[in-house]
Amino acid sequence: MNQPIQALLILIFLIAISKVFMRYRSEDLSLKETVVWILFWVLAGVVVIQPNLTARVAEMLGVGRGADVVVYISLVVLFFIVFRLVIKIEKLNREITKVIREKALK
Amino acid sequence: MLMVLVVIPAYNEKLRVGRVIRGLFEHGYKDVLVVDDGSKDDTALEAEKAGAKVIKHEINRGQGAALETGDAYARNVGAEIVIHFDADGQFNPLDIEPALKLMRDKNVDLVFGSRFLDSRSKIPWQKKYLILPAARWINFVFTGITLSDAHNGFRILSKKALSKVVFLHDRMAHNTEILKIVKKNNLTYAESPVEVTYLNYGQGLSGGFRIILDLIIASFTK
Repeated sequence: MNQPIQALLILIFLIAISKVFMRYRSEDLSLKETVVWILFWVLAGVVVIQPNLTARVAEMLGVGRGADVVVYISLVVLFFIVFRLVIKIEKLNREITKVIREKALK
Repeated sequence: MLMVLVVIPAYNEKLRVGRVIRGLFEHGYKDVLVVDDGSKDDTALEAEKAGAKVIKHEINRGQGAALETGDAYARNVGAEIVIHFDADGQFNPLDIEPALKLMRDKNVDLVFGSRFLDSRSKIPWQKKYLILPAARWINFVFTGITLSDAHNGFRILSKKALSKVVFLHDRMAHNTEILKIVKKNNLTYAESPVEVTYLNYGQGLSGGFRIILDLIIASFTK
């Protein structure tokens, strides 16, 4: 570890992990979700400390540079999360409508 | 005598809703339900003053949601025929009687109003030649049904149709959704001419895109 950006990112990830713990303690996250999130941040930390790892993955996948692999995977993951959020919001909307309807009909 | 309930979804229509209700009463439709969709103005008050039964959404949920609440009310009170009618005065109550007659004569489950079966409606050209043809095409893509008109709020539902048609789409995609339901349940339908007086433009192109987005999102939601 020899670049300031690495120290900064590791610090942010540690804060993120502590937030995950706090949310687990306050029962906002299930055990499974907590484990997944911690794995995610630890993995991110490993990539930051050992950037060469991504170069090896890039080689395996046939992508030019390690940093590109990270960007591609991040995009896919983000897209997937946004998609899930949109579906979730639609479901919430329907639930709200149901409640409002029941109140209106009373 | 069959119970015919007119369902009017209304959002911020205090200036027009009273006249619409009185127009319906004058033509002999005495059961009028206004679903006030969380209006910020005195829509509910004006509707009550005009003599309609009023139920209220506490917050705005969209036209599809308001229609479904009206239909749910109709199911609860055992209405035999439900008429969907707009609150802004764009429809003519004189069009109801011929549509009801068509429903009886052809013995269909649903009647859809259409602006294109006669020449009374002065349709803005962008709607006539661009937006509505596109909307008809979208209806066809999503449902396999083509009507002469695409998004027309005038409909008549029989008791059978009322039991099958349950709107999940809160906003405007209910116009496409109803065709899906028709197809799925093999409901029979006919189209009856209606006059639409354009007081405000209604849905433009961006509204159309919103509908397509709603339809796509809903296809992933159960």
